[in-house]
Amino acid sequence: MVEKSAGRELVVPGDLLGTADLKPGMGTFAEDGKVYAALLGIKNERSGYINIVPLSGRYIPRPGDSVIGMVTDRGPSHWLLEINSPYPAPLHVNEVPWRVDYGDTARYLDIGDILLLKVLLVDETKRVVLTMKEHGLRKLTGGQIVEISHSKVPRVIGRKGSMISLIKEFTRCRLFVGQNGRIWIDGDIDDVHNTISVIKRIEEEAQVIGLTESVKSMLEEMYGPSPVE
Amino acid sequence: MEPEVRLLDENKRRLDGRAVDELRPIKIEAGVLNRADGSAYLEWGGNKVLAAVYGPREAHPRHRQDPARALVQCRYNMAAFSVSDRKRPGPDRRSVEISKVVSEALGHVVFKEQFPRTSVDVFIEVLQAEAGTRCAGLTAAAVAMADAGIPMRDLVVSCAAGKADGTLLLDLGKEEDNLGEADLPVAIVPRTGEIVLLQMDGHLTPEELETSLKSAIDACHKIYEIQKDALRRRYAVTTEHGGAPPPPKEPETEADTPPTTEEPKPEEVEAPEPVVPETQEGE
Repeated sequence: MVEKSAGRELVVPGDLLGTADLKPGMGTFAEDGKVYAALLGIKNERSGYINIVPLSGRYIPRPGDSVIGMVTDRGPSHWLLEINSPYPAPLHVNEVPWRVDYGDTARYLDIGDILLLKVLLVDETKRVVLTMKEHGLRKLTGGQIVEISHSKVPRVIGRKGSMISLIKEFTRCRLFVGQNGRIWIDGDIDDVHNTISVIKRIEEEAQVIGLTESVKSMLEEMYGPSPVE
Repeated sequence: MEPEVRLLDENKRRLDGRAVDELRPIKIEAGVLNRADGSAYLEWGGNKVLAAVYGPREAHPRHRQDPARALVQCRYNMAAFSVSDRKRPGPDRRSVEISKVVSEALGHVVFKEQFPRTSVDVFIEVLQAEAGTRCAGLTAAAVAMADAGIPMRDLVVSCAAGKADGTLLLDLGKEEDNLGEADLPVAIVPRTGEIVLLQMDGHLTPEELETSLKSAIDACHKIYEIQKDALRRRYAVTTEHGGAPPPPKEPETEADTPPTTEEPKPEEVEAPEPVVPETQEGE
């Protein structure tokens, strides 16, 4: 049952992770002083906590997340957005960068619009509050959206954004990665298609070591040697 | 006088050659469907079962939502071609009952409080039936739920025991189920040993019940290993591919913060974004 390689181990719900000295972190639970896995994922120990990095699962909004959402409904003082999570997320008129009169929401955003948003608050009953008031948050026009599993988002971004800047450097596409697994891509149609195939590759090979290198060679195959350097 | 059917030979071997305490061959594969959040395919003797899980997702109809926890809803369905006489499609008394007991068994292990107002929907499709489909369906569904990334205390495992030809048997086959004296499906949470499903059809003495229950539970522990192996195989492909699994994702040296943030924040990603012309809303 131990698939130990470099201290990383695939665990299944119910697997015993450790006793007493380690605290239960994300994706785990404690029972009778022992820590067990609650998720299918990869075991990870950090600063006294045992965490499970999930390999699948739905996106659950958390405050501070940047997400890409689609307007699905409109009220007199709010819009309802679909952010790829189990919970519908309202965007109140106070949280948009414009002054919107009561009942005048349709003039600003309509059903089907794609927005770049930030999760402002999530309460204990998972009621979500979104905002569009921060710098850089806006309506997205043009481009395409691809969806990947939200657990693969950190891999698409790479350490300190290394992966994403690599992709941008080669494809010259404009790119936004939402924490909810939605990626907006705009640029020349061929570049967009290349970007999509790269992202799909990252999603498939998310667990492979040296991913950045293999993505780089994939991009070099498409575009020739790196334009910078 | 009807011809007598003998389910066991003089050496206590069964019609399919198994010993009294032997399981049928079991094969599980996780993650077989792309559209569902999680899935599993299971073959257990002549049973072929497909399980798919969606969720947690917004529960519908709205009035069924529980403000404090998730619902675990299950639909067990037998395909029209799953049995030798065509089964009339659609829910019937039997499948409604199985759906209910299976969803309760699965609901017992899910951390339902983590997802208020949602539902986890489990679909079990029996493609081919040969006795013990509820056990097969429940076993497959547990794997599909883990594959879907739903937080659970443990997997759920199920197996049946029973009695035929006056002998206690493990994992009844089709003839043993139809012509036998008793059938006892059991589902457990292997880590704690809790029983989450226990039904009985037929007659057993209290002693026989106890023996059968014990042998079914022992078998469950064996099947549990097959379930875990199926889940590991699903991801072992990706983990082994490049030698070792991926390097740990370093969360930008902000050490000693409790385990709330695992992934790098997306903010810094947007930084190198080219200047974007302001969009045209709010004319």
